[in-house]
Amino acid sequence: MKLLTFKGGVHPPEKKYTEHEEIRKAPLPEKVVVFMAQHAGTPAKPIVEVGQEVKTGQVIGEPQGAISAYVHSPVTGKVVSIAKVNSNVHGMAVDALTIERTSDDDWELLPKLDYRSATKEELLDNIKKAGIVGLGGAMFPTHVKLNPPKPVDTLIINGAECEPYLTIDHRVMLEMSDEILIGIEIAKKILGVKEVYIGIENNKKDAIELLEKKWNGNVKVAALKTKYPQGAEKQLIKAITGREVPSGGLPSDVGVVVQNVSTMLAIKEAVVDGKPLIERGLTLTGEGVKEKGNWWVRIGTPISWIIEKLGNGFVEGLQEVKVLMGGPMMGIPVSSLDTPILKGNNGLTIITEQKRESTNCIRCSYCVHVCPMNLQPYLLDLLSRKKKYDEAAAIGLLDCIECGSCTYICPANVEHVKSIKLAKKVYRTLRGGKK
Amino acid sequence: MKLLTTSAPHVRNEDSTRKIMIDVLIALVPAVIGATYFFGLYALVLSVIGMVSAELIELFIMRVLRKDKSFAPNGSAAVTGLLLALNVSAATPWWVLLIGVVFAIAIVKHAFGGLGQNIFNPALAARVFLLISFPTAMTTWYKPITSFTGWYSADVQTTATPLAILKLQGFSKVMESTSYIDLIFGNIGGCIGETSAILLLIGFIYLYLPLLLIGFIYLVLRGRIKVVIPATYILTVLVMASIFYAINPEKFGSPVFHLFAGGLMLGALFMATDMVTSPMTLKGQAIFGLGCGLLTMIIRYFGGYPEGVSLSILLMNALVPMIDRYTQPKIFGRRKS
Repeated sequence: MKLLTFKGGVHPPEKKYTEHEEIRKAPLPEKVVVFMAQHAGTPAKPIVEVGQEVKTGQVIGEPQGAISAYVHSPVTGKVVSIAKVNSNVHGMAVDALTIERTSDDDWELLPKLDYRSATKEELLDNIKKAGIVGLGGAMFPTHVKLNPPKPVDTLIINGAECEPYLTIDHRVMLEMSDEILIGIEIAKKILGVKEVYIGIENNKKDAIELLEKKWNGNVKVAALKTKYPQGAEKQLIKAITGREVPSGGLPSDVGVVVQNVSTMLAIKEAVVDGKPLIERGLTLTGEGVKEKGNWWVRIGTPISWIIEKLGNGFVEGLQEVKVLMGGPMMGIPVSSLDTPILKGNNGLTIITEQKRESTNCIRCSYCVHVCPMNLQPYLLDLLSRKKKYDEAAAIGLLDCIECGSCTYICPANVEHVKSIKLAKKVYRTLRGGKK
Repeated sequence: MKLLTTSAPHVRNEDSTRKIMIDVLIALVPAVIGATYFFGLYALVLSVIGMVSAELIELFIMRVLRKDKSFAPNGSAAVTGLLLALNVSAATPWWVLLIGVVFAIAIVKHAFGGLGQNIFNPALAARVFLLISFPTAMTTWYKPITSFTGWYSADVQTTATPLAILKLQGFSKVMESTSYIDLIFGNIGGCIGETSAILLLIGFIYLYLPLLLIGFIYLVLRGRIKVVIPATYILTVLVMASIFYAINPEKFGSPVFHLFAGGLMLGALFMATDMVTSPMTLKGQAIFGLGCGLLTMIIRYFGGYPEGVSLSILLMNALVPMIDRYTQPKIFGRRKS
């Protein structure tokens, strides 16, 4: 079998501890904290009041502007507070609703559709009303992504799951293949494309074989080389279609839309079952937690509850840990365990820190060779730290996808990603939105 | 429980600057053994003096002068010290080597900002410094002694290097006194490290081993050594030597001779490939190797010195910022500008 891939990248230890763990349904939490900003774009606006009773699936936040998403109550209960909370994940204070659960689920569902007869507009509307966003982590509103500005001919389903530790997409592919296929049919119909691929890294051979057999060629299964960041959108498109998304452009510029495999499941549930996005699969993993596993959890479940109830607590004797939303390469470390699970949260990786001091760059050129965007990370880091933002921009500051391959490989432990992220923010602010 | 919030990525590979330097030192072990065999115990003494003094000088500079209390030796100074020791003749007094090490570490490396900041290869710059400052010691060549425990006595026989013989007396004179076998196995006059071309090759191959084991060719391409540099360097020397050999064999010498004579192997494999002072992209590295090869042969053929490896690499070192600037990779999703 010929494995597809891209140029550059790294291969960190995979540590897929939980790849054979079936996804279990987590018990309902007593309390959830639901952020109004769980999607790229403008945060939603709360439409319920403190003290109000809400049902499971009831809309509690409405989208604002073109790129935004609905937010639903993940449990049946009572709103006990609406307040701004500091979220280091967002880097600012965001509106959050705290809902105390009062009973088992009393559902408020969306209208169910027959996806074969429904129109494109009806399908898109259901997806929008269900509050679906990209579940791979980027959380871009799906109804916007499925309505690209340019005509497309190819849909790529992202089942690469190139982050170490994480296994939820792998398990979803193994356990929910029928549901995913329906989701794909719906997305295919909306986009009007003929070609559909699913890209899966070769470390998930069972999933590749299963989907090849079950889906019978309706979706072409592309086996990908196990290499990080194989699941990055641009690298995935390049590996499967050979097309290169232009700098600063969108996948639709090369006729492609990429969707995460778990998003397909959410689409099926929204359209066929009328279920809004209030629950998702999540891998609880890492050396710092006692019990690892894959779980269906409600959005808004506090991380502390997940670690205690599902993970049986932290491993004893640890003084300090890193609790990551996502995997170890691009995951965001939370500063508070009260932080809730967000829609795009595919994993909680709890790792014990290895402290490393940055030393001088020795120009080994490893970073240049692993950069999947063909940038010069050592130079971007240098210019960023020297605050030469215009020069950095000229050599591709904004092209950096922050995958962290350079920092991972660096023998001198230079923190390229850290300085580049900061420089991007400063540069964008200084430029004031001008192109 | 304390929550850490340092920056992504949260896993790092186990590599370090120190590991790279230790690999280079291990790779130089065969060369040291070779030098000791051909020039006796004194070669080993020089090697040890080079390494130890370089580390001590760097430690002093970092801890005392630059007030970096947390500085821990990383082996980069030892590499410089050892390479310099392998670049002096067996007639060089130990204190001359020491002066060279001080120059390499204090001036060439730390005056320019220390590890990773120096423009010129410290060992090579120091070698040229010694060549100018102590021309007699640096260009007196002892006949190989071929004994690990040997020690030169006062009535030691001196010899000219094959490259010097070529320059002064012509190629047939070289072949009278030296066979190719001697050239390859280092049984000829010269710097203590540069004679054992085969042993250097073994050391060179060692650098690949960990990568070969993993088995990915693309990893080989970004291994411990910027492999494009020695490839293009040696190829350029071969091509040039072939052309000039065809023109006038007696005056210019044969390609095989040029390949194994003098400091080409040591220079191409371990000096030109110094990470700090060589280009970052593959294309840049190819240009760098090509330039080194051309300059080496031009100096060998037409220069005042019989050997041109050191000077050619130093000249190319100075061009690295420019080479880097003009060989920037094409960014993903952008057209070639």
